[in-house]
Amino acid sequence: MSTVELRNVSRWYGNVVAVNDVSMTLQPGVTGLLGPNGAGKTTVLHMMAGFLAPSKGAVTIDGSPTWRNPGIYRELGLVAEREAVHGFLTAREFVTACAKMQKLPDPAGAAQRALELVEMTGAQDRRIDTFSKGMRQRTRVAAALVHEPRVLLLDEPFNGMDPRQRMHMMELLHQLGDQGHTILFSSHILEEVEQLSGLVQVIVAGRLAASGDYRRIRRLMTNRPHVFAVQSSDDRRLAVALIGEKSVSGVEIEASGLTVRASDYGTFTRALPRIALGEGIRLRKLLPSDESLESVFSYLLEA
Amino acid sequence: MSTVAYITARGLFGRRRALLLLPLPLLLVGLALICEAYDVSPADWGQPVVVGLGLAVVLPVTALIVGTGVLGSEVDDGTIIHILTKPLPRRDIILAKMLVAAGVTAVTAAVPLFVVGALAESVRFGLALAVGAVAGALAYSALFLLLSLLTRRPVLVGLAYILVWEGLLGRFVSGTRVLSIEQYVIGIADKIAPSAILDGKVSLPVAVVMSAIFAVGGTLYAINRLGSFSMAGETS
Repeated sequence: MSTVELRNVSRWYGNVVAVNDVSMTLQPGVTGLLGPNGAGKTTVLHMMAGFLAPSKGAVTIDGSPTWRNPGIYRELGLVAEREAVHGFLTAREFVTACAKMQKLPDPAGAAQRALELVEMTGAQDRRIDTFSKGMRQRTRVAAALVHEPRVLLLDEPFNGMDPRQRMHMMELLHQLGDQGHTILFSSHILEEVEQLSGLVQVIVAGRLAASGDYRRIRRLMTNRPHVFAVQSSDDRRLAVALIGEKSVSGVEIEASGLTVRASDYGTFTRALPRIALGEGIRLRKLLPSDESLESVFSYLLEA
Repeated sequence: MSTVAYITARGLFGRRRALLLLPLPLLLVGLALICEAYDVSPADWGQPVVVGLGLAVVLPVTALIVGTGVLGSEVDDGTIIHILTKPLPRRDIILAKMLVAAGVTAVTAAVPLFVVGALAESVRFGLALAVGAVAGALAYSALFLLLSLLTRRPVLVGLAYILVWEGLLGRFVSGTRVLSIEQYVIGIADKIAPSAILDGKVSLPVAVVMSAIFAVGGTLYAINRLGSFSMAGETS
């Protein structure tokens, strides 16, 4: 059992604060690190993996600091976002070399097991630079798993994988999590996290915006006000009618149409056609305008 | 350590850059052979070929290609991460890289220098050049290995050291010679087999001590720098 802990960790580059006073504890099981691009996920992962010194605070694995402490790699595996691999080696040579550098008693056997785990035995004797992106990714996962680390960190592990490979990788991570490994993977795609992990840490603009069970956070997200762009045959009359509707919390009239703020997504989308029909107004456009992840995250940050 | 050395050597010879190692020694030996074949006096061709090409170009450029190739390329393309995420003391990683770099440089430069020295004067002179080249290989390799960790453009900075510091300032500003590895190599070889071809300007003790400072100091500093190797996020 291994615990990764961040205590009041900040990291800045000159004047830019990349990570701001983040505290979190990762327990055995799969945890998703979620956040829009540029939020600081990679910086957090690099600090956990000992490749970046926190400017303030402490990053530890089972109480030992990760920075300038190569000993932690006996218990830690890292799959970085950058896909560079020694392409002149075959998959088997590469994973065996990693096993040797881990000083495992049976490097060849360990490499074989790791390659079987990621289903790469079929291509294990091909040079890595002939591999597709997904195959490379799986080889890197095998290399990170060869010493059966108790902590596995993965930075955007599903990038470039096809749906089948994605599913296989998810199963693998689930399995490892169930066996008691502490696994953290970062992603900017909500659905990936939803499928893989009950626990999430959400990072927005360098701060920990939410932490805990995914379903609870999801509920928070569905309760936020939704913004819609609406165009109709008579915007002003529609605005008057809409403001009387309970689920609408605000309406703005603009040259291009209406901007409607609804407090409840479901009720509003059911009420709108009924109101329009009742008033004899023709709807020309209905567009949810803030469905991007960034807006969901920024709402979480405000919440 | 042997696995790191193995991957390093495979990486070095697997890259196209390794082909650059071939022409320089061939050119050096070829020029000496042509001069010999046409009975040109070694007094005429000795200095330009041995010092001008061998010690001022072949040795440092070989060391630059190899020294930055063993570490700089891995830092550049990010593959270094697979070696760093292992519970290896950083000392072992640097020593393995240093072993490959100095070894390959020493063989690539010392062998042709020995041949050219033997053709120009005597086997003893050839040996003196080879010994100097080995000392130079250690000092240059440590320097270029360290540069790979200090700057993102180690080849450029290394070339500036070879061409500007040693090549230009070393010829005209006498004070810069104390920090010129080329001058240590000349000093060491000149002491072992005094010759008119070489014009040693630094004393043997200075040459030996300074070479050792470059080799040991550079290695130690590189170990320390690798210990705090940082990765910046691509998105942050």
